[in-house]
Amino acid sequence: MAKIQVKTKINGEKTEFLCQAYDTVLDVLRRDLNMTGTKEVCSTGDCGACSITMDGRLVCSCLVLAAETEDKNIETIEGMAKNGKFNVLQKTFLEHAALQCGICTPGMLVAAKSLLEKNINPTETEIRYWLAGNLCRCTGYDKIVKAVQAAAEEIRENA
Amino acid sequence: MNEMDNKWIGKNTIRPDGADKVTGRAEYGADTIMPGMIWGKVLRSPYPHATIKSINTKKAEELDGVFSVATSSDCVDFPVDTPVILGIQDIRWMARNVLAKEKVLFHGHPIAAVAAMTEEIAEKACELIEVDYDVHPWAIEIDDAIKPDAPILHDFIKFDGKPSNIAGTLEHKKGNIEEGFKDADIIIEKEFETAAVHQGYLETHACLVSVSPDDRTTIWSSSQGQFMVRAMTSFITGIPQSSIRAIPAEIGGGFGGKTIVYLEPVATILSKKSGRPVKMVMTREEVMRASGPTSGSKSKVKIGAKNNGKITAAQGTFYLQAGAFPGAPIRGAAGCCLAPYDIPNAHTFGYDVVSNRSKVAAYRAPGAPIGAYAVECVLDEVAEALNMCPLEFRLKNAAKEGTKAVHGPTYPVMGYVETLEACLSHPHYKAPLKKLQGRGYASGFWFNAGGESSAQVNITEDGNVVVTTGHPDIGGSRASIANITAELLGIDVNRVSVLIGDTATIGFSNLTGGSRVLFASALVVTESTNQVIDILKDRASKIWNIDKEAIEWENGEARPAGDNAGKFKPLTLVELAEQATPTGGPIGAGHQVNTVGAEGGFATHICDVEVDIELGIARVIRYTAAQDVGKAIHPAYVEGQLQGGVVQGIGWALNEEYIYNKDGKLDNPGFLDYRIPVCSDLPMIDTILVEVPNPQHPQGVRGVGEVPIVPPLSAIANAIYDAIGTRFYSLPMSPPKVLEKISD
Repeated sequence: MAKIQVKTKINGEKTEFLCQAYDTVLDVLRRDLNMTGTKEVCSTGDCGACSITMDGRLVCSCLVLAAETEDKNIETIEGMAKNGKFNVLQKTFLEHAALQCGICTPGMLVAAKSLLEKNINPTETEIRYWLAGNLCRCTGYDKIVKAVQAAAEEIRENA
Repeated sequence: MNEMDNKWIGKNTIRPDGADKVTGRAEYGADTIMPGMIWGKVLRSPYPHATIKSINTKKAEELDGVFSVATSSDCVDFPVDTPVILGIQDIRWMARNVLAKEKVLFHGHPIAAVAAMTEEIAEKACELIEVDYDVHPWAIEIDDAIKPDAPILHDFIKFDGKPSNIAGTLEHKKGNIEEGFKDADIIIEKEFETAAVHQGYLETHACLVSVSPDDRTTIWSSSQGQFMVRAMTSFITGIPQSSIRAIPAEIGGGFGGKTIVYLEPVATILSKKSGRPVKMVMTREEVMRASGPTSGSKSKVKIGAKNNGKITAAQGTFYLQAGAFPGAPIRGAAGCCLAPYDIPNAHTFGYDVVSNRSKVAAYRAPGAPIGAYAVECVLDEVAEALNMCPLEFRLKNAAKEGTKAVHGPTYPVMGYVETLEACLSHPHYKAPLKKLQGRGYASGFWFNAGGESSAQVNITEDGNVVVTTGHPDIGGSRASIANITAELLGIDVNRVSVLIGDTATIGFSNLTGGSRVLFASALVVTESTNQVIDILKDRASKIWNIDKEAIEWENGEARPAGDNAGKFKPLTLVELAEQATPTGGPIGAGHQVNTVGAEGGFATHICDVEVDIELGIARVIRYTAAQDVGKAIHPAYVEGQLQGGVVQGIGWALNEEYIYNKDGKLDNPGFLDYRIPVCSDLPMIDTILVEVPNPQHPQGVRGVGEVPIVPPLSAIANAIYDAIGTRFYSLPMSPPKVLEKISD
């Protein structure tokens, strides 16, 4: 089957790739573009490890077809640190020991960033429900929630 | 060293591998590529139990884009009647689990594998493999497997002289059980069941293997032990260990489930036959169907006590599912269940039961939560019958230093009583509860392990430090090792880099498991660092031309001491490194040893639940875990172990279960239907780090990772009883089961 040519933007950079009609964004990121920061854990939209944003909207990249990214703005974990500096969430995750094995961390960070872009003063309950689609098996979520709270506080102080 | 003076031990430093993990740079099992790489996929059994009459791979081999096909005929042959023991595994079973030989024993059992240009071609080729099966009746549940006319999985396994699915037993005895029950004023006996649950590590099994024509093999994979991967792959493929270099990828969770191999030997065979590097990545469904869950169980526990609250006798019988091959964790169930208590008369008995399920793998304190669930629930009933506070009741019967445990050892210094006292004095203990809320308590124990470890500590030319150990870091062990090394050398922790070596670059180190990693690696790192300090003093003595004994190492520098004090300007690590070449050459030291002195760990948990009686949902609303952690080298990651273990226990108690359908197939092989706890299910998990240092360890370390999953099952069951007055004897206490029980 002839491959589809797609022109998109990933982390601000113009990107072109060829894909099959059935390829997901996750397939293309990991396999074809070698952007392995986005993790594949379930491939059914149940775990959030492959979270990215597409035109600012938080999505599971395993549930979006690669061909759908034509003319879209994709943001992945690789674009989160800017100019060699951590995003505030990356910093608070490290300071609060909010990761153990770290496989859920990229998706968790992308999802948390998406929350804080909408709400810089979330309650604990709002954080817990926003992140309910991002599984973590190591931490019991306690330190993840605290790291998001700390990042929100830092954002508010600097606002 | 005075603890108050510690600069790095006990501090929450930033983990050395942290930056890579928050930026997506960290490379896990599925994140690497090699030039010329092709993809492998596995053909799995459609039946839970069948004899393989023949396998024809011709059509698959002829498909365009296919490079190689593997079956068990490509593996070393291990006769079924000769054990080949490696650690706690038997290679006879491991080989047959990796690629089925005579029979398929569970739905999803690997039969063959294909390597092809793309995953899609490999999958298509798998469908072209023709297997002729003789399908047999199957047994999934324990009762079906041990009934008189049960279908027998392995003809050579005998119990009471007859072919049986009971593959082994284990018992612990102390005192006289009959006399003990005679002395009791009250006796309570109950039966329990738990469902099989999966470790649920998020990273699926993955590897990339390249074999050259002379059999030199490079394995990149995610596991809990690169040396385990090397050894098992060597056994199954026949390639000598010296020709295999196993490189540990970052590991995306294991919890015991990555202490054995599934893909590495298969990818090695496919690569050897094709001459190309082969990558294999399991899907989540494959993980659920064919990688180790832990046992489901049924058990019976009987406990007798005097009216004054002293336990006189305890008896437990535990049947644990092993899955398709022998090896259920009966030692954890029968050995840990009574460990927190000083009981004069006791008898525990475990049965290892095979059935047509995937082979179980270790899961965090294997077997211990199952044993503790039954015992701690019965203890709650005994305490209630005696009208005693459950914690006071446990305190009255608590094991202490000098207690002879039911499972054998006489306890050294240990902090079980301190965990009970910590709970009794915690605000949670007395916090008010509302309607339909309840509070439960439970304790738990895990053996903890020592074993083989190797370390190398090298001083760089610019006077910084690189530490290499041989254990995959699952939960932050590199951060703790950095803390210890910086403390001993008296330098800033950021000057210490900690790496995990591969099998060619560091000495043999047993796998990450048994809560052994920090205990063992701290021992070898401490010894290596002390040797380095000795070398540094020697170099200073040469520069100053004084005795080495007249030099002390303090705060990152060599100082003249005694009569020479103040005579020379101290030499820093950087200065000594600069002069390394003229004073004797590179500075570094390594140590390799079989570590001993790991002592067991104890915990006591308090759990509050609220039960929604309309929906049947039991929700954990407050949780406090107290644990004797020996010494917390990096407190935040110790807390993380407790919190993570508790939450896995909450999942086990409330939702997780392997559900089989009438065809003997797992019905819920994904995170939609196999429901692990999510963020919105939970409260914060409070921890109390009780520190009773292990006297046999330089920093006082005890293993901490496994104990915290032991108490939650019963703490939650006891809390639900406190909330609604109904006792549950079967896990999970999921909404349908809670509703059914409430409506009875």
